[in-house]
This record gives sequence, structure tokens and C-alpha cells, in this order.
Amino acid sequence: MLPRLRDLSLRYKIPLRGSLLVLVTAAAVTLSLMFREYDQLRDDLIASSASMGRVLAKTLVTPLVHDDVWRAFEIINSPFHASGHELAPQTAEIVTVLDSRGMVYVSTQPTQYPILADPMRTNRDFSELQHAIDHYREFEPTVVEPLRSDKLYVVAPIVSDGVQLGSLVIGYSKSAFAPRFYAIAKRAGVVTLFVIAVLLPASWYWGQRFARPLMNLARSMEQVSTRIPAEAEVRVEESRDEMGQVGAAYKAMLQELREKELLKREIVVSERLAAVGRLSAGIAHEINNPLGGMLNAINTFKHHGSDDPVTVKTLSLLERGLLQIRDTVAALLVEARIESHPLTRQDIEDTRTLVLADANGKSVRFEWENDVVGALQIPSTLVRQILINLMLNAVDAAGANGVASGHVYHDSRDLHIVVANNGTHIPPERMEYLFEPFSSHRAGGHGLGLWVTYQVIRQLSGDVAVASEPDHTSFHVTLPLETQPA
Amino acid sequence: MLSMAALALRANAQDAAVRFGLTPVFLDDHAGLLKAWRAYLESRLGRPVQFVQRGTYREISDMLRRDKLDFAWICGYPFVRWRRWLRLLAVPLYRGQPLYRAYLIVPATDTTTRSILDLRGKVFAFSDPDSNSGYLYANYRLAQADERPAGFFSKSFFTWAHRKVVEAVAAVLAQGGSVDGYVWDTLEKFSPELTSRTRVADRSPEFGFPPLVARASVTHAEFDAMSRVLLGMASDGEGQDLLNRLNLDGFTPGSDGLFEDIDRMMRAVDRSDAAAPA
Ligand SMILES: Nc1ncnc2c1ncn2[C@@H]1O[C@H](COP(=O)(O)OP(=O)(O)OP(=O)(O)O)[C@@H](O)[C@H]1O
Ligand SMILES: [Mg+2]
Repeated sequence: MLPRLRDLSLRYKIPLRGSLLVLVTAAAVTLSLMFREYDQLRDDLIASSASMGRVLAKTLVTPLVHDDVWRAFEIINSPFHASGHELAPQTAEIVTVLDSRGMVYVSTQPTQYPILADPMRTNRDFSELQHAIDHYREFEPTVVEPLRSDKLYVVAPIVSDGVQLGSLVIGYSKSAFAPRFYAIAKRAGVVTLFVIAVLLPASWYWGQRFARPLMNLARSMEQVSTRIPAEAEVRVEESRDEMGQVGAAYKAMLQELREKELLKREIVVSERLAAVGRLSAGIAHEINNPLGGMLNAINTFKHHGSDDPVTVKTLSLLERGLLQIRDTVAALLVEARIESHPLTRQDIEDTRTLVLADANGKSVRFEWENDVVGALQIPSTLVRQILINLMLNAVDAAGANGVASGHVYHDSRDLHIVVANNGTHIPPERMEYLFEPFSSHRAGGHGLGLWVTYQVIRQLSGDVAVASEPDHTSFHVTLPLETQPA
Repeated sequence: MLSMAALALRANAQDAAVRFGLTPVFLDDHAGLLKAWRAYLESRLGRPVQFVQRGTYREISDMLRRDKLDFAWICGYPFVRWRRWLRLLAVPLYRGQPLYRAYLIVPATDTTTRSILDLRGKVFAFSDPDSNSGYLYANYRLAQADERPAGFFSKSFFTWAHRKVVEAVAAVLAQGGSVDGYVWDTLEKFSPELTSRTRVADRSPEFGFPPLVARASVTHAEFDAMSRVLLGMASDGEGQDLLNRLNLDGFTPGSDGLFEDIDRMMRAVDRSDAAAPA
């Protein structure tokens, strides 16, 4: 089945429409030229035949007065014989003389219009001609173009001394125009073809050019349902016209979609983290109560003393195990309220010293920038905890001969911590679970560092953004500063 | 003195051109033939000859009667009508006889008409009111049936030449026409495409061929000279050539008896016209 026209690609539709427009325009111009030429032909004919009618009518006066049919016949036949007659550029098809009663006096076609016959019997046109004959204006030749007739007539009165003896009717077949008309039409046709030959490829080219951005847009839009195309993939017209506006709007829309998608994912991640946090806090709380009881019991028992070496050994084993459980649980539970002094530049420098030892041990170059001056209204212990975790991770990931960097700065509202490194990066599929506990991918790691960091950041109502691509990973932590009491 | 003047007059008459009138029979359009014939006559007569052509028979017979012409080729009908003013010079020989017929012609598409009386209510073409074959004979036939052209035909008209009667009938401008049989036959020979569009529906009895006449006052010498030249045409090559072109065999002196029938018809028609209500 052929594709429906409206389903056709713009790549074809626009050039087709352009071509159609060109054709229609060419046809219209040609037609109007031809109509003008037709009018010209007609005017020429009317002018020349009116003057011929005037001359013939004057010559016919004497034969009509003398009732000389043959002489009249010879006169009306003269335009046909004189081929080079300047008054007859178009040869008349028929010349007929009507007497004063409107009957045929003589005609160049006697078989059709016999002498004394009623011409209306042969040709209905004569009823309209008779009307013109009855209403001559100042005895001047009149042009009659009967409706539904392929003929054009010039009617001239034959007048002697103000008395109308009869009428001269000269009939022209409109098809006699045909040869000249066709010649003109052919010329116009050739010119039109030439114009089309020039305009068609041009309109095709412009149509294609016009369609291209739309096609790009359409192709790009088709992909949106499966995935949002990246910025670089979208090719739109860079202009200020409507096409450009559409392109820009589309780009903006894609950006919005991308942001929305990101936000959605972030919400999912943070909700999950919150759920995991609530769960682990609940578990930790339930574990901590009996745990405290058990440790107290062991302590009490040790004070009362027992010398049984097996008992002592067992108890200390139990105690170590229980302590380890407490540590783990403590790590899961981020302490809500820790008494802490405001953050100073020195607090941050201290963490650097701590990490630097580790970095040197692993031959990692460590770059450092600390822009904090004075004291900031934010718990220093927690900030240090965040910094140490992030920087240790960075050093670990950078690996031998890698580079890690830390940058701490602030403005009036927020404190910013940016930690970056090269080396092993975090693949996208792991990004979503990055902050979940026990998600270590490192030999010797517990997978709790980022968990704790996240909990602390949430507690401080801050935010963390991670960007990781091969050879570059960066963590950007934003922590709002408590507004200083006045 | 008187004889001197008469002599001078005579000499002038000798030098003056012979004026020869021609009617529009079929010669009208044949300028080349006329030029050759005139040259022939001039060389044989030793005098200049001037052909005078007029549009109607009437003009030629009028000029003859008023001595404006010396000779003329007219028709039997004006000859009998103006007999007293004319002398019979010669009668052409057509098919060996000084005789011809009048033809009733109709368009070739008309296959039924046999007589002029079949053409009641039709349009009819005559050649000339002073022509026997082109008018008188047809009138005579109608008069015999107690009819006159004006009432019998719906319309009749004159073409003032036999050839044009053939043209009018060929074009079906007229549904019938009366024409000189000699002219029709000659046209059939030279312009068959014209005559083929007509059909001869009826032929008249034979009449004396349109004669060549002299005004009554022409001198014997002039008359004899012209007569001799004409009668001798058949016997010299040049003359024979011209006769061929005229579709004639020669000339004969002829006699009034040849035109008796025409005279009779004229009287009959005149009577009929006189009897007709004005
Ligand atoms: N800066 C970083 N560059 C590359 N990978 C990192 C980075 N930070 C964390 N990771 C990855 O995320 C995982 C989780 O880190 P996290 O700090 O939670 O646990 P850990 O470092 O493995 O153990 P620990 O609890 O001792 O810190 C790491 O094992 C590592 O694979
Ligand atoms: Mg870690």
C-alpha cells in the first residue's frame, strides 16, 4: 500500500509542496498571459472586422437598392478571395446579408442560409443578433457574442439616406483563434518549463534544508521515550526563528527532564537510606539495652572475683565479643548530640596531618587547600569525621602514585568540602547504593565510612553530591552554617 | 474643297480604330485571348482594333445603335429586337453548326429536376435580360405555362454573365439557372471543377448562335474587310489557334432565318408580359 500523503516525511512533503506552488504559480502566470493574449486577439479581430463591416456595408448599399443579389454575393465573398486583405487578419467564417425583415438576402454559405430563409432556423445565434440589429446605436457596427456559441459576430447596418435596408452579419469561429492561441500557449509553455526547471531544484533544495532541523528534532524526540538523549546528541537549529525557538525549547525541556530524573533517583536513594537508617537505629537500640546489661553483669562478676581460670577466660572472651558488637552498633548509630566546639581552621589542619601520614604510606600525592578563617558555627567533631572519611577513601581509591585533593571553604551561608581523586572510579550502577552500609568494594574495608558520613551530613541538614568518571571522582559536601546569634 | 474634306475624312476613318463591342459571354475574363485576337484582327485588317467591353448586353446594343461601335458580338435576342439598326456580319460555327442551345442547370445535388417548371418557389439565376439562352428562352417556357418569373420563383436575379450563372448554381445560391449551352460546354472543357458542381437538367432546341453584327451605317468596305477576316480565320493556322481557344470551328455568313425561332419567342413573351397585370 502506498503511504498516505499526509504521512509522508517532511523531507518530501515540503519540497513537494514547494514544487506544487511553483507549478501552480507557473500555470497561473501562463493562463493569465494566455487570457490576455486571447483578449488582445479578440480586440484586434473586433476592431478589424468592425472596419471591414463598415466598408462592406457601404459597398452593399447599391446592390441592395438595385436588388442585385449576385453583386451582393460577389461583395460578401470578396474578403474570402482577397487573401492578403489587410482588414481581415482572421478570415471570417460566414458573411450574411439580412434584409430589412431579418430574412437572408444573400449569404456566403447559401446551402445553410438560402435566400429568403429565416436564419434562426439554421442558427439560434441569430435571435441574439436580431436583438442587436433592432438596437443599433447610431448605425454603428456591433459585436455580439451569443452565449453558448462558439462564434463571435459583427453586425453592421446597411443604411442609405438614414433608411436601414438590411444588415450585414460577419461571423467568426472562435476556433479560428486556435492556431495563434496555441502558438502563444506553446511559447508560454516553453517559458514555464524553463522557469520550472530552474525553480523546482531550488525549491527542492530549500525544502530539504527547511525540513532537516525538524527531522533531527523528530528523531531525537523519538528516543526520549526510551532514554533522555545527552546534550551532545541533540542537534537543533541555532537560530532565532521559530525553528530555533522550538529547538531551544526542546533542549530546555530535555534539561528539565534530566534534572527531574536525577531528582527522582536522589529521592529514591535518600528514602532508602532513611529507611535503612531507621532500621539500623531500631536494631542498635534493641541490641544496646541487653548489651549494656550483659557487660554490667560481666563487670560485676569480675569484681566479685573468681579464680577459675576457665571462667575468667570465658568471661573475657564474652566481654571482647560483646565490646566488638557495641563498637559496630555504635558505628551504625550516629551520635545525635555530641558536645562540640565551633569549627576552627586548626581543626581542619589536624585532620590533614592525620591523613597525610596515610597518604605518604601509600605514595599518594596529597593536595590541600584550606580557606577557613576564624570560627564557624558548626560542630567541629562531626566536620572532622566527614573530612577524615572522605579523604581516607580518596587516598585509598587514588592508589600508588595517585593524586588526591581536599578543599575546604565557606561563604556566609555554607561550608563546602570538596574531596577529589583519580584512580579507580565508582561505576554508575553502584552509585545508587554508595551510601548504604556494608557496601565496601575494597579489601579491608567495612563499607561503613560513607554510611556514617551520610548520616552525619543529614544530621547537619547538609547535602552531598558525587561525580565519578574514569580517573576522576569528587565528593562535594555542603553544610549550612548555623546563623550566628547576634 | 468639299471633296478634299471628304477625302481627309475618309483617310481619318481608315486610320481610326475599328471599335468592336464584346458582351460578357465567357470572353469577359480572358484578357490574354482577347489580346491575341485583337492583334490578329489588326494584322489582317491593317487597322487598329479596339475591343469595347461592357457589363451588360444592353449597353453594347445601345452603343451599336448610336454608332458608337462598328461591330459587336451580341446575342440572337438583341439582334432580332434591334434588327433594323444592325447588319448580320457572321455567325460562329459551333460543332460545325451555327447553332447552340440554352441549358437549364441545377446544383449537382439536385437529381430530380427535369424542367424549369419543376423549380416553382425556388431561387433562379438569369444571366442577362437581353440574352436569349440566359433569359428569353426560360421566360418563353414559363410564358407557355402562363407563368412569369416574378410569380413563379421565390426570387430571381441576374448575374450579367453566363459563367457567373454557373457559379451561382454551383454555390447553390440559386437552385436553378439558365445558361448558354456553348458557355457551359466550354467551361466543362476548361474548368470542369466548376461545371461538375452543376447538372444540366434540360436542353433547349437549337437556336442561331449569338451572331457578330455591324451597325447598319458601316461602310461596305469596312464590312467586307471584317467579314473576310472572320470567315478566313478557319483557314489559317493563327486563326485556327484562336478558334480553338474560343472553342469554335469558324465563322459563316449566316442568315436571318437562323434567328426566326428567337424572334418568335420574343413576340410570345412580349405578348405574355403585356397581358400580365401591371
Ligand atoms: N573517593 C573514592 N574513590 C573511589 N571509590 C570510592 C571512593 N570513596 C568510596 N569509594 C568506594 O566506595 C566503597 C565504600 O566506601 P566506604 O568508605 O563506605 O567503605 P570502605 O572505605 O570500604 O570501608 P570503611 O568503612 O573502612 O571506610 C569503597 O569500598 C570504595 O570502593
Ligand atoms: Mg572508607
